[in-house]
Amino acid sequence: MATKLLMKGNEALAEAAIRAGLKAYFGYPITPQSELLEYLVRELPKRGGAILQAESEIASINMVYGAAATGERVMTSTSSPGFSLMQEGISYIACAELPCLLVNVMRGGPGLGTIQPGQCDYFQAVKGGGHGDYRMIVLAPGSVQEMADFVYLGFDLADKYRIPVLILTDGALGQMMEMVEFPEYDIEAHLVDHSSWATTGKKKGSERHIITSLFLDPEILENVNLHLQKKYDTIREKEVRYEAVMTDDADFIVVAYGLSARVSHKAIEMGRQEGMKVGLLRPQTLFPFPSEQLNALADHVNGILVVEMSAGQMVEDVRLSVNGKVPVEFYGRMGGMIPAPEEILNEINRFYSQKLIEETF
Amino acid sequence: MTNRNEGIQCEILDRMDIVWERPPALLDVKMHYCPGCGHSVVHKVLMEVIEELDIQDKTIGIAPVGCAVLAYDYLDIDMQEAAHGRATAVATGIKRVRPDRIVFTYQGDGDLAAIGTAETIHTVNRGEQIVIVFINNGIYGMTGGQMAPTTLPGMKTTTSPDGRDVESQGHPLKIADMIALLPGAYYVTRQSVTSAKGVRKLKKALLSAFQYQIERKPGTSFIEVVSNCPAGWKMTPIEANRWLKEEMLKYYPLGDLKTPDT
Ligand SMILES: Cc1ncc(C[n+]2csc(CCOP(=O)(O)OP(=O)(O)O)c2C)c(N)n1
Ligand code: SF4
Ligand SMILES: [Mg+2]
Repeated sequence: MATKLLMKGNEALAEAAIRAGLKAYFGYPITPQSELLEYLVRELPKRGGAILQAESEIASINMVYGAAATGERVMTSTSSPGFSLMQEGISYIACAELPCLLVNVMRGGPGLGTIQPGQCDYFQAVKGGGHGDYRMIVLAPGSVQEMADFVYLGFDLADKYRIPVLILTDGALGQMMEMVEFPEYDIEAHLVDHSSWATTGKKKGSERHIITSLFLDPEILENVNLHLQKKYDTIREKEVRYEAVMTDDADFIVVAYGLSARVSHKAIEMGRQEGMKVGLLRPQTLFPFPSEQLNALADHVNGILVVEMSAGQMVEDVRLSVNGKVPVEFYGRMGGMIPAPEEILNEINRFYSQKLIEETF
Repeated sequence: MTNRNEGIQCEILDRMDIVWERPPALLDVKMHYCPGCGHSVVHKVLMEVIEELDIQDKTIGIAPVGCAVLAYDYLDIDMQEAAHGRATAVATGIKRVRPDRIVFTYQGDGDLAAIGTAETIHTVNRGEQIVIVFINNGIYGMTGGQMAPTTLPGMKTTTSPDGRDVESQGHPLKIADMIALLPGAYYVTRQSVTSAKGVRKLKKALLSAFQYQIERKPGTSFIEVVSNCPAGWKMTPIEANRWLKEEMLKYYPLGDLKTPDT
């Protein structure tokens, strides 16, 4: 039966993971995501899963590697500095093609930074982060509801493509309380048969299974890479997700994800009230990125503003997507600062007044 | 010439005369190890034990980063290859979701006692029910003979060309002794591969360790094997064996460090 509850984003994510059939969680405390670990410590053992507080994020991700290779649904979560520590392990997981769910509840950086929300790990998340040519599917929830929804989606995509899936969110969404609905979810119907590759003990009379990311022969390794790239192309083709708000008649759009998108949404509503034809495109998948959709939008808008809680990271992908068709401006706050809707509206206003000047002369 | 992959066929030999036989679970392929290297001996004994305990179909092994990185090419069981130093974390992950499986790690001294020290200690401290096979050859074999945490004082390596200077480069780490102090350790022993008798003792130790895991005894079994690296030590196999006995065993004396009844 579907249930509706008032919950924090981090808790909603944890609850959804249990409902999605989570078999093991490995993690290390770090603000602002510790509620996830604490919630699972209370709930998971009662509901059929194993949980372990590891000695570090390096250990956590390598525990995930081991457990994921048995074909079970497993996950870890952390925040920015911890996610940096996991990069080597994620690269191994991506190369060995193990399905698993990762969560980075971002905070402001660099360094130890702040425990306040940030979006400055975008590059790390979508461009690889660790060594080698690999990708993760990166999901960016925009509400507590999506914090839960993207867990089911994440596990399904991880199983389907044998790929690590990252939920990239931030401290504000993690701490925010909203109503969240948990749908009826038939775990068995969603589980994928991994028995052809999982390491669970060599069956008598059949070949042994080996999980590795070592391919000493460069020709073989190139083929492994080509296979991975092909998979990433399929994902680019089939798994793009985004929300378009009032873009149909827009002559100007804001592009933002996660918390920035929530603030931007408010800003475009204010803009509409002032008579501006402004819309919002919110990528829900950061990899794959909605490049084609943006490129198509660029044919009928005059400009784009990208809003991020960073020095400007996703803006590069927006510029690549529209390929010079229209000007792409950037507005960002850093270090744990959240932009106010008025600040964003100011930027939008600036665009319109500049446009006006251009048209007058 | 006989193709080694076909095994040696010889009619004058009687079964009674056979002193060395490859256990079927050790695959009949050419190994990449240098002549005289201890890794191949330990692989053989390990697979004999897995066969004798009849656990080939439920054992999952973890290969390290080190010369044994390709162990999965030789051992006929399901295996995972871990990042450098993280084998015991990987093993923990498996064991937590599949407590009914038999899990072991196979790690060198750089892997287990340098980069992976934290994982090693915490895995044993949690008493994970796994077997850790620790190959101490006092050197980084795979990367070409650099100093390891276990390198003896005064021992020459490519990164201690004048011999290890303990004042600036630290002391050889007796990690098994540290491990034996942890309540999570169930069985800790140090064995070697220098003699036939030593190999038999190693086999007995491995048999006990896996048997404990089968019986779900509380805690981790840790088996150190004082081994060699003729290539890294720049010695012939015979010289290496002598040096191991005369020098390594002085610093790393053989015997049990913790048994279930101590
Ligand atoms: C993160 C990382 N750092 C360094 C290396 C390079 N490396 C590979 S094997 C090795 C040392 C292996 O020595 P040991 O564990 O003693 O094994 P042996 O080869 O002697 O059996 C090193 C440093 C690596 N692969 N990964
Ligand atoms: S380098 Fe040393 S440890 Fe590696 S295979 Fe050769 S002898 Fe063995
Ligand atoms: Mg070594």
